[in-house]
Amino acid sequence: CHYSRPSPSPSTLLLLLLPSTKPPLPERGLLLLMVLVFLEGSVLPLGAASSPDVTHQANSDNHIVKEAGHNFTKKPFPVLSLDYHHIQAPFEISLWVLLASLMKLGFHLIPRLSGIVPESCLLIVVGLLVGGLIKLAGEQVPPVLDSRLFFLCLLPPIILDAGYFLPIRPFMENLGTILMFAVVGTLWNAFFVGGLLYAVCQIQPGNPSILHQLELLPCLLFGSIISAVDPVAVLAVFEEIHINELLHILVFGESLLNDAVTVVLYHLFEEYAGVGSVTVMDVFLGIISFLVVAVGGVLVGAIYGILAAFTSRFTSHTRVIEPLFVFVYSYMAYLSAEMFHLSGIMSLIACGAVMRPYVEANISHKSHTTIKYFLKMWSSVSETLIFIFLGVATVEGPHNWNWTFVTVTVILCLVARVIGVVGLTYVINKFRIVKLTTKDQFIVAYGGLRGAIAFSLGFLLNKDHFPLRDMFLTAIITVIFFTVFVQGMTIKPLVELLAVKKKQEAKRSINEEIHTQFLDHLLTGIEDICGHYGHHHWKDKLNRFNKKYVKKCLIAGERSKEPQLIAFYHKMEMKQAIELVESGGGVKLPSAMPSAVSMQNIQPKKLPPAKPAERALSNLPKGREEEIRKILRSNLQRTRQRLRSYNRHTLLADPYEDGLGDLLIKKQKMIELERKIKDMNNYLTVPAAPPDSPTMCRARLASDPQAYSMKPEPDSVPTIQVDLASPQSPDSVNLMDEFRRAEQQHEEDQGLMMKPPSGESGPKKPGEEDGSREHKLMRCLSDPGPSADEDEDEPFLP
Amino acid sequence: MGASQTRSEHKYQDLADKTGFSLEQITNLHKRFQQLSGNEDTLSRQNLDNIPALANNPIRNQIIEAFFDKRNQHQDEVGSFNEIGFEQFLMVMSHFRPPTLKTTEEEKEALRKEKLRFLFNMHDTDNDGTITLVEYRKVVEELLSKSGAIEQETAKAIADAAMLEVASTNVPDMAPDDFYEGITFEHFEQILKGLEMESRMHIRFLDVDTTTMRCGKSTS
Repeated sequence: CHYSRPSPSPSTLLLLLLPSTKPPLPERGLLLLMVLVFLEGSVLPLGAASSPDVTHQANSDNHIVKEAGHNFTKKPFPVLSLDYHHIQAPFEISLWVLLASLMKLGFHLIPRLSGIVPESCLLIVVGLLVGGLIKLAGEQVPPVLDSRLFFLCLLPPIILDAGYFLPIRPFMENLGTILMFAVVGTLWNAFFVGGLLYAVCQIQPGNPSILHQLELLPCLLFGSIISAVDPVAVLAVFEEIHINELLHILVFGESLLNDAVTVVLYHLFEEYAGVGSVTVMDVFLGIISFLVVAVGGVLVGAIYGILAAFTSRFTSHTRVIEPLFVFVYSYMAYLSAEMFHLSGIMSLIACGAVMRPYVEANISHKSHTTIKYFLKMWSSVSETLIFIFLGVATVEGPHNWNWTFVTVTVILCLVARVIGVVGLTYVINKFRIVKLTTKDQFIVAYGGLRGAIAFSLGFLLNKDHFPLRDMFLTAIITVIFFTVFVQGMTIKPLVELLAVKKKQEAKRSINEEIHTQFLDHLLTGIEDICGHYGHHHWKDKLNRFNKKYVKKCLIAGERSKEPQLIAFYHKMEMKQAIELVESGGGVKLPSAMPSAVSMQNIQPKKLPPAKPAERALSNLPKGREEEIRKILRSNLQRTRQRLRSYNRHTLLADPYEDGLGDLLIKKQKMIELERKIKDMNNYLTVPAAPPDSPTMCRARLASDPQAYSMKPEPDSVPTIQVDLASPQSPDSVNLMDEFRRAEQQHEEDQGLMMKPPSGESGPKKPGEEDGSREHKLMRCLSDPGPSADEDEDEPFLP
Repeated sequence: MGASQTRSEHKYQDLADKTGFSLEQITNLHKRFQQLSGNEDTLSRQNLDNIPALANNPIRNQIIEAFFDKRNQHQDEVGSFNEIGFEQFLMVMSHFRPPTLKTTEEEKEALRKEKLRFLFNMHDTDNDGTITLVEYRKVVEELLSKSGAIEQETAKAIADAAMLEVASTNVPDMAPDDFYEGITFEHFEQILKGLEMESRMHIRFLDVDTTTMRCGKSTS
């Protein structure tokens, strides 16, 4: 019986290597934990390895003896026994995942390293070490980067994460450019590298080497494997450099869409490499195949996406399994596409992108958060595992180092990439309105990283058909290492050096949203006046079709009719409300306030005519929505919360979810608090509610505990602003009052203050996540948390 | 024939210099102008109203008004025309030109200012230099007008919140009794800084004549 065991973690090595740095107490605890886990991981299988057959034998002995009859010697009952065999597979998987995650944590404990070296490089190094240790221990390295495991388990989460959160607007605007790079660029790369490699291999006729065995078709196959830009590597590196949206989407979109080309070329050359020749007919079939693969993949994805959207329409009573539908439908889309040899990646992207606007309109806020965090978590773990396995496979993999082949490959890859990008940009710029500058071209060329997909594809090659497979693998690994290490490490300083435009961190404001929509309509109108049916015209048509037919089908209830602007506004209200809650209640503004503007500063001072109380409580669902919306709105405009606690009740109500029961309870509590406030008429300050009051606990539960690190209790306490002139209670956010007094109340409130949405909360959001390690976790960076996310606000066709 | 052609090219050359279009683009736009105005020399509001594709546009009235607005002619006049000639038509269209590779940073800034000014003029209907709350509310209402029956309340609320945002980002230290008159052009620029108007507010002007093509996308 042979067990492969994971070896003691490199963290112990790190501990030994860094005697000078004394990590603080919690970090020491973490390192100790890592050590313990891995000692356990290694000791347990060792112990099991030493006596596997004994237990087996013992069991079988027992059974035989039992069956035999009554004359058996009575053994003492085994109180504690070791049966590693039983749980081996899941145990080892879990151990690997744990190792990966602890590594991720560990890197951010080393202060300077994570700033210089991208995480992907560190993970590969870890993989190398782990692989080396396993080999040293004489064990056989498990086939961790087995292609099936990679393509079926490790790759889908990353792609789904990318597809679900794909920024549709920039993607669609630049689709032509992206397709050019993906299709034409990859083809160019493949043929250039393959062809020239073959040529290089054929020279030196006087000195026959194994290179001469290399036919043209295997060369082209190798070229097609190595030329595809890898989405995993691109994501891993680009996430840390925060370049502007255009460049990000160009490189990233290219890496996603070139999958179709890669699939077709790979299968084409693999098929015919055995035969040895390719006819024109085959080329023609190849082109058809490409169209089928690409369009078919997208169609499959879109179908599953629509199914998922339709399903989500009916989930209002079983909110708990909503995320499951998203994940399972997407995975099925991927598998279905793979079944027909269509492009699984494109199918997954299409599924995520299609289902998202409808699903998000249907599911609850909590499901939304769940989906987001599960996707980020899985893709993060996947990515970590992929890089570690890459390192392990490098150490173990069958190698055949050939200086000529490898160096020529690396050089050709670089040259091909540069020429491809420059040439294509020259053509593309003739059609683009906003042209790509030289700096942009450089970043696009430099960002063409290769990764694990290339390795897995190489691994899949049949050794019989391709005798030089090992040489291929070695070259592929070298190229991967070169791009990830050299290009990955240097791209950040280069971006700084060239002063490439960075991503704008600003939050989407309501003004921007209004004007974006305004601009869309304006440009469509101008196009119509000009008389040609351009980009905006078709977008507008599609939007109208979507609004008229599709949304009605796929979105439940009232929300199908909600215009985009209103949906955005409501979302913003919710977010701000939650932010207000999480920021520890009343915004404790220092005396120099960022903004003292309030509603009354804007509205001209005149008394509006008293409106009859039209809040008919019998018309409950809509009426309830209305009043909660109003409350949210009015609370948006108040910065100084009078009393921290009571607003949380109202603000926490999700208008589309909560039952009436909750509302009534909250109303009760508020009435009590109102009474208390009335008793404290002349107080100017109120001691802050203790941090673990039920209100704060509820606030914590209602939203994500991770993105909001608890702020330390500030020194100043919230101030109550009591306007002694007004006869009624100063804080009339009483629901009942709202019912009765409606508009009148709204505009008579004195001394309303507003918390500036962008000013205050902007710096606060990163501030809350900053300072701690969470800030540096890669996935958290790409996911600013449910409140500051701009990605969610994309309409169907923004 | 030759003489009149050179004369028309000369005429277009002036326009080309003033507005920045190329000669082919001006020729195409002239053809379109003729088509819209029924081969007359001037275009009236009625002509633009009759364009069928505009019927679905929620802000068509504002768009049509913008063509007749004297402020968009860069000549420091105010008020509005009843009819416009080809030159005025072109001037309005020139606001939608994209920047080229050779546009410098200062030119991009100027371009952005010009486009923002156009938008501002569209909102500021009474030409007092500020967008008041009433005007802004109208803007939001118009935007939502084709979206079915939406509540007046919501439109007002959105406009109010937007106005509040502008005020608070630009004039943070207002006393409770001050009144924020309206959005001035500087404030307008400030809040729309993030949208990068010079790269977004443009359409593709064709060098090839497609006005005779009824359907189909641009060829260039």
